[in-house]
Amino acid sequence: MLSYAIRRLLIAIPTLFIVITVAFFMMRIAPGGPFDQERALPPEIEKNIKAAYDLDKPLIEQYGIYIGKLLQGDFGPSIKIRDFSVAELIMAGAPASMQLGLSAIALALVFGIGFGTYAALRQNSAVDFAVMGIAMIGIAIPNFVMAPLLSLVFGLYLAILPTAGWGDGEIQYKILPIIALALPQIAYIARLTRGSMVEVLHSNYIRTARAKGLREKLVVNRHAIKGALLPVISYLGPATAAVMTGSVVIESIFGVPGIGTYFIKAALNRDYPLVMGVVIIYAVMIIMLNFLVDMVYGLLDPKLKSP
Amino acid sequence: MMNKSEKTALLQSAGATKEIEGRSLWRDARIRLFRNKAAVGSMIILGIITLLAIIAPLLSPYAYDQIDWGYIQEGPNWENGHIFGTDGNGRDLFVRVLYGARVSLAVGLLATAVSLIIGVTYGAIAGYFGGKIDSIMMRFVDVLYSLPFMFFVIMLMVVFGRNIFLIFVALGAVEWLTMARIVRGQTLSLRRREFIEAAHATGVSNFKIIFRHVIPNVLGPVIVYMTLTIPQVILTESFLSFLGLGVQEPLTSWGVLISEGAKVIEASTWMLIYPAVFLALTLFCFNFIGDGLRDALDPKDR
Repeated sequence: MLSYAIRRLLIAIPTLFIVITVAFFMMRIAPGGPFDQERALPPEIEKNIKAAYDLDKPLIEQYGIYIGKLLQGDFGPSIKIRDFSVAELIMAGAPASMQLGLSAIALALVFGIGFGTYAALRQNSAVDFAVMGIAMIGIAIPNFVMAPLLSLVFGLYLAILPTAGWGDGEIQYKILPIIALALPQIAYIARLTRGSMVEVLHSNYIRTARAKGLREKLVVNRHAIKGALLPVISYLGPATAAVMTGSVVIESIFGVPGIGTYFIKAALNRDYPLVMGVVIIYAVMIIMLNFLVDMVYGLLDPKLKSP
Repeated sequence: MMNKSEKTALLQSAGATKEIEGRSLWRDARIRLFRNKAAVGSMIILGIITLLAIIAPLLSPYAYDQIDWGYIQEGPNWENGHIFGTDGNGRDLFVRVLYGARVSLAVGLLATAVSLIIGVTYGAIAGYFGGKIDSIMMRFVDVLYSLPFMFFVIMLMVVFGRNIFLIFVALGAVEWLTMARIVRGQTLSLRRREFIEAAHATGVSNFKIIFRHVIPNVLGPVIVYMTLTIPQVILTESFLSFLGLGVQEPLTSWGVLISEGAKVIEASTWMLIYPAVFLALTLFCFNFIGDGLRDALDPKDR
């Protein structure tokens, strides 16, 4: 288990390195730069500005400088949002994004597993079909459609929640974005749980548990859930990635001051350091979560324990 | 007592009546698929949407980029022919939704084809050769898996401008990973089967074995996954278009229409509802067909 953990950690480092490298060169090779505007700057001034951001040096050298600074924890200054460093901007945006993302995933797990198990225990009943039908709708309606609809119904028609904005981070501003982010994941996890639960309930060890006279509740809670949750756990990695990309849209629809909003703006403005910073943060989070998932999986799945 | 010729005749006729038409795996699967009402219904609905998208110009007196100055952002109205209403520029929404269907479906199919070609070839090669080659190739896939891919696609679109061709390639290049994993797993188990060994023993080249013997035998799971990739690609394209990174005006896609509708949702709900319903319906149908295909092709549930 330990050597497995170390091996997985060692893969994470080159992965992160690849992310940084690809993102860096992709941004730079593209036509256009951060100082393109309607009225061209006088050449001397443009030269000075470029020199200030090291943009006048050869690409390889810029890359070296960037990696060097990054290793010291310096993401560099934002080019477009003056007087702010990328680290400051990310620190300012991260709490909102993290709250939304983590709550959405927690919500998705609780309700997804709950509905999925509920449906699986009543396989092929009307309840089962109803839950799975709704889940299918949840998958088919993308969150960028769901978000404006939620905002219309709860914000405008019922007028019980604000349609957008963040206020001072009060709870009522968070409810709709979190639900919009969580719904597709709830639906997906419910389907996943139901599928694997049905399969597990037909397996031999469950029959044994029942045969020895265990109460149904114990059979499900103690034996079946553990096996049925393995696919859900391995889906957590992709789920996090989906929630993060989803939050880019959701944040801009609801006007949440998170890092997702920065990303789109920064990419459109060619704010190189800010784009890099956001990509790196997201990559680190996804890689870390994948690592955690692998570890949990290793602990839960007896087949993976000490081969 | 029968003489010999009578006997043969009888045997022949018996043989003729008893000759049962063989049911191949595929035919079995087809029968099972057509028994699945949800899947058949979905196929019919998708067929209708596709047909509408193809004959779109014949269905309305308005062109997709034609501005009707008399009706700017007006609700659905059967009398003036704008059955889905008009958008903020006075263009007929019905025609625009169908033109959006063209783009969305085309992107879905083509990008999936790209992912299919890359994924199947990659997975089959990794699985067939096994050993070091396999572990290096699959480690590479593992690394790619943990990249925040959507961010790269977004960057790609921002950086290289909005270009439909690029959308196909970018989405296809993102979606091939799972396909490669599935095909590799299947190939690994096929690799030691007798017919592959026989081909090997008779001197068929590796390349030919992969394309003639391995790939046709992994088609089942590949088709199922392909059907589930199409809605994913359509969804991703809409997502990009929603962010303003997809196709360009005056062309349109469902994502663009939804994004336009979402902006004026309070005043003109129809501008969001119609494209959203078409998108959701399409995704819904593809998912049902994928599920149906999986049930039909999966030998476990027989």
